[in-house]
Amino acid sequence: MQSAAAIEAVFRSERARVLATTIRVTHGDFDLAEEAVQDAFAAAIARWPREGTPDEPRGWLISVARNKAIDVIRRRVKLREIVGADAVTRTDLEPAVDPAADPVAVADDRLRLIYTCCHPALATEVQIALTLRTLGGLTTEEIARAFLTSPVTMAQRLVRAKSKIRDAGIPYEVPEASQLPGRTGAVMAVVYLIFNEGYAATAGDAWIRRDLCREAIRLGRLVAELTGAPEARGLLALMLLHDSRRDARTDERGDVVLLEDQDRARWDHVQIAEALALVPDALRGGSGPYAVQAAIAALHASAPRAADTDWRQIAALFDELARRQPSPIVALNRAVAIAMWRGPEAGLALIDELAGALTDYHLWHAARADLLRRLGRCAEAAAAYRAALARVGSAPERRFLEGRLAEVEPT
Amino acid sequence: MQYLLLIYGAEDDWIKMTEGERNAMFAEYRTYTDEIKQSGHYVGGNPLQPIHTATTVRVRSGNSSTTDGPFAETREQLGGYYLVEAKDLDEATGLAARIPGARIGSIEVRPVMPTGG
Repeated sequence: MQSAAAIEAVFRSERARVLATTIRVTHGDFDLAEEAVQDAFAAAIARWPREGTPDEPRGWLISVARNKAIDVIRRRVKLREIVGADAVTRTDLEPAVDPAADPVAVADDRLRLIYTCCHPALATEVQIALTLRTLGGLTTEEIARAFLTSPVTMAQRLVRAKSKIRDAGIPYEVPEASQLPGRTGAVMAVVYLIFNEGYAATAGDAWIRRDLCREAIRLGRLVAELTGAPEARGLLALMLLHDSRRDARTDERGDVVLLEDQDRARWDHVQIAEALALVPDALRGGSGPYAVQAAIAALHASAPRAADTDWRQIAALFDELARRQPSPIVALNRAVAIAMWRGPEAGLALIDELAGALTDYHLWHAARADLLRRLGRCAEAAAAYRAALARVGSAPERRFLEGRLAEVEPT
Repeated sequence: MQYLLLIYGAEDDWIKMTEGERNAMFAEYRTYTDEIKQSGHYVGGNPLQPIHTATTVRVRSGNSSTTDGPFAETREQLGGYYLVEAKDLDEATGLAARIPGARIGSIEVRPVMPTGG
């Protein structure tokens, strides 16, 4: 006898795969496929407790979903006949062949789904919502909460996305070879955006944020596994390393704990080990930006204590990153690394060069303030902390900066 | 599926070209049109007269108004179109990217609503 909880667990682990194949079977009709999959799950809940769980739950669900889809199409055709419309409907689903019987096609279905969700014809926020909904299995409400929009807005976004896919003819396919690098890059960007949304924790429900990081890591694993792309391994390693510090980043009051002050015993060392194993492959595959960032994070993660951190290597990696992905933010992080390696003066000189680009960025002012503080230039440090406070967004970061300001300017 | 490829460009860019550059562009368009006719994608297409020849008609509450100019002043103006048959959006955007005007302007790709829909 199958318990309801056990059946639920099967659904959670199989939903994305069953949906992905059913969308192929319905020729890219997301709505029809979702309805059919829902019906298939309802049928399973009704029948498995009585009949027992099938040997191949996934195949069972796919077959039943296909039959449900045929039922829905027949209903629609009947309705059109009644109404008198002579629209051409796609009533021909992938024919008699059992859709689950072709393992190669089925293996590709989740790839089809990822690439379609992240198609450039869809806006980025739409790509994120669709990916989380279809591959991540989050509910519309959960996605809405995570991105601080209303469930109604999010539901509309998903509806419009699916109708664009249908009406504009976005193909349900893995991109052809020439398009693959760009399209895979887009998929990775979406996954990383989801991760950063969860990691940044600037506002909102803390539980949802942790869930987002987990979802992003799950998706990252899927992308790495399905595409085999070295950069995807780099992205996965990067997310695993950032996330490994989740229990040490804030203290009991929810205040920020800097990397150098974190209790490293509270880092997730199993996750770190998994990530460290991925980094060499990622770097060998061309050292893309994710791979290099992962290598930097790996150096932090492998230092038993903050004082053991190999800042010289980190600075060298930032040189590499700046070459590949030049940006003021990368330059800022490089300057901080150089400050840790060669001393605050060296870092300060580099940071000051970025004034024009980063004057509105609170972390630029905070970084300046920190180096001035280390140099004992307290009045200048205080001014910089004030400038950072004028621009900071989150409450925990604000409290941290106020604390530092009080240190350099005791009242 | 049929798609309308709307060719938008800043007419100022066109005016700034030399006659030689304009003729080269016309030749590219002729080549492109021939190619997509050969490949079976072409359904129709035309260049349009410049934007100053446009007239806009609106009928509200039975009153018809006719005004000089396009429906709205835009940075890029509609200069021509192709109607193509393509199997999906990726094929249609591939065709759009090959339009000579895509290098200096923008091509809007709009699916045509199926009849009877």
